[in-house]
Amino acid sequence: MTKKIIIGFLSMCLLVLGASWGTAEAKKAGVKAIKIGVAGPMKTTAGENHWRGALIAQDEINKAGGVLVGGVKVPIELVKVDTNEELSVSDAVLAIEKAARKVHFFVGTKRTESALAMQDVAMKYKKIFIGCGAAHPELCIRVAKNYDKFKYWFRAMINSSFMGKVLFLHLADVAKIVREELGIEKLKVAVLADKLKWADPIVKAVENNAPKMGLEVVGAWRPSANASDVTAELAAIKDSGAHIIFQAVSGPMGVALGKQWGELEIPAALIGGSSYAIVKTFWEATGGRGIYVTTQTGLGPAKISEKSIPFWETFVKRFDDYPGYTAVTYDAVYILKEAIERAGTLDPDALVPELEKTDYTGAYGRMVFYPPDHKFAHDLRFGPGYNTWVINQWREGGTVRVVWPYGWEGVTYEGSDKCKLPPWMVEYWKKK
Amino acid sequence: MQVLISGIVIGTVYAALALGFSLIWGAARIINLAYTSFYMLAAYFFYVSCSLLGLNILLAAPLSILIATFIGVATYKFCLERIRAHEVVVILISIALAFFFEECVLSIFGYHFHRVPPFIHGYRELFGVRVLNQYFLAFGFCIALIFGLWLFLSKSRIGIAIRATSQDKEVVNLMGISEKRVSIIAMFIGIGFVTISSVVVSPIYVVEPSMWMHPIIMILAIVVLGGLGSLKGSFIAAYILAFSEVAVVNWLPMGAFIKSTVALLVMVLVLSIRPEGLFGVAFEEERL
Repeated sequence: MTKKIIIGFLSMCLLVLGASWGTAEAKKAGVKAIKIGVAGPMKTTAGENHWRGALIAQDEINKAGGVLVGGVKVPIELVKVDTNEELSVSDAVLAIEKAARKVHFFVGTKRTESALAMQDVAMKYKKIFIGCGAAHPELCIRVAKNYDKFKYWFRAMINSSFMGKVLFLHLADVAKIVREELGIEKLKVAVLADKLKWADPIVKAVENNAPKMGLEVVGAWRPSANASDVTAELAAIKDSGAHIIFQAVSGPMGVALGKQWGELEIPAALIGGSSYAIVKTFWEATGGRGIYVTTQTGLGPAKISEKSIPFWETFVKRFDDYPGYTAVTYDAVYILKEAIERAGTLDPDALVPELEKTDYTGAYGRMVFYPPDHKFAHDLRFGPGYNTWVINQWREGGTVRVVWPYGWEGVTYEGSDKCKLPPWMVEYWKKK
Repeated sequence: MQVLISGIVIGTVYAALALGFSLIWGAARIINLAYTSFYMLAAYFFYVSCSLLGLNILLAAPLSILIATFIGVATYKFCLERIRAHEVVVILISIALAFFFEECVLSIFGYHFHRVPPFIHGYRELFGVRVLNQYFLAFGFCIALIFGLWLFLSKSRIGIAIRATSQDKEVVNLMGISEKRVSIIAMFIGIGFVTISSVVVSPIYVVEPSMWMHPIIMILAIVVLGGLGSLKGSFIAAYILAFSEVAVVNWLPMGAFIKSTVALLVMVLVLSIRPEGLFGVAFEEERL
């Protein structure tokens, strides 16, 4: 009996010691909650998506008990950091400077011009920052060039150089469809990109490569990202005889473009990338005139991975909207969780090597970062078998379908469809 | 042809916006930088009444015009009238008011884009150029506004009083005309111009909180180029700048983002030759 009591007592002691050891580890890490700053222009669609994606991840993780840090499960606490970065770089810098003292990590950011400045501040505080919106390669080229300073920066989406490639592959697909359906061999392409840094490599890529595909570039229009009227540009494009309008637009101009293109029934397929054309408000703001517009994004209603459709459906059910590419914060939070659990600490220097080992399949596809010796260090690896991104097309009733990849390098996601040409375009060119 | 047609259509809309601004300057002697805020507010009221409350477009339009105009006149009465003798202060206060209105809209609606339904759907082809029917309507409305203003200022007693006030406030007061009352009426008409233009133009564009910025820049350029206070000058300058913008888009596509800058450059060039503007007056003379 006495022996049993002693064993019982010792077991109790061991349990208490074990628990207090775990708590001590968590305390050593100094955490009651893992605070993740979701940084983005919160009054815009991009910022809303940053927040919503992270929110779903937070709720799922906390519901499952939290993140395991040194043997103790710690909940995630999101901190909203409104950067106002679309309008002001200084606002963005101030917001990050203020939040850096309160949070352990950052996810988010949208505009490269602001992200570069925000990156400097976050690196100063050794805060791991997973970029989920700003696309210029420079953000990761900086990591490769000055690893010690910028190693805390990662990006959970492909950079604009790969985006250019995706857009270009989509352009080739659409050109093939136009040739097949309209019987026109010599196709003309008009480029319409907003005058921002991220779009420069894309415009150059199209100008250099389109002629190699037998496409004549009739011009590159570069209106302001905030332009609210592009009827003059559209009239000039129609006048140029373009069959395809290749858009690379990240500002509100994309909404005006989709609306006015549809209203004027410009006889050219409007394809490419438009940041504001990925969510339902685009359909509402264009009054449905944005039908057949295609746009590049990170996710569509197709089976990119096992997690894609469930996340898409959860997002739509919860927010009555489609998740944009900046909602990749959902995957970014999970990437952080896994790295923290592997490292067993929140120490950024210990976490960087763990993040570099990331091979995570999220809702947005497979997430693997380029190694530190790569020119795009810590950028998301692009390619078949890795992350591809998708091109969605607006269809009847405000629905969207994935139209790229559609057979590229053997990749066709379940639920995708062939790109459709606007009927008024088909009618116009068949009459000619 | 493309430049010609787009230039005429856009120029007419600019002219209507600038004439209201010019009228306010002429009668009340204030540079109201919050002027196009009422353009933005009218568009939002139109969006709320039409798209959210589901009112008939023909009821929603005048209602939006009235509410936005009322706010505009009230803003003048309570915020600007007392300080209008201090021109710099008026400029500062009015720009603060413009941002205040933008922030209000931003807080309520967020930085999202909205649509108001057009009065007429579709487009027409004119010499091979596709122009939205709504643009034709806006063009017609703006022409009617401009002609109406000309008639009002030339023929009506109040119109003549406004012209007299714009020439010499002191003499007008000595003649027994309430210069304050005339200023309010001019303000009502001027703000009315911008709110009416907004309701006919906003279905073409996208309704968003910063939609007031580009128009105010263009209006300032137009009134300065035309000669501050000169309605005739504003009318002509509106077309010059609209043609400059459209020409840049057509002939210099890579520079489409600087279309407004080029228009402003045209203004600078003209002002360097003729500092008082095209039809400006160096002294208080006949303005119309």
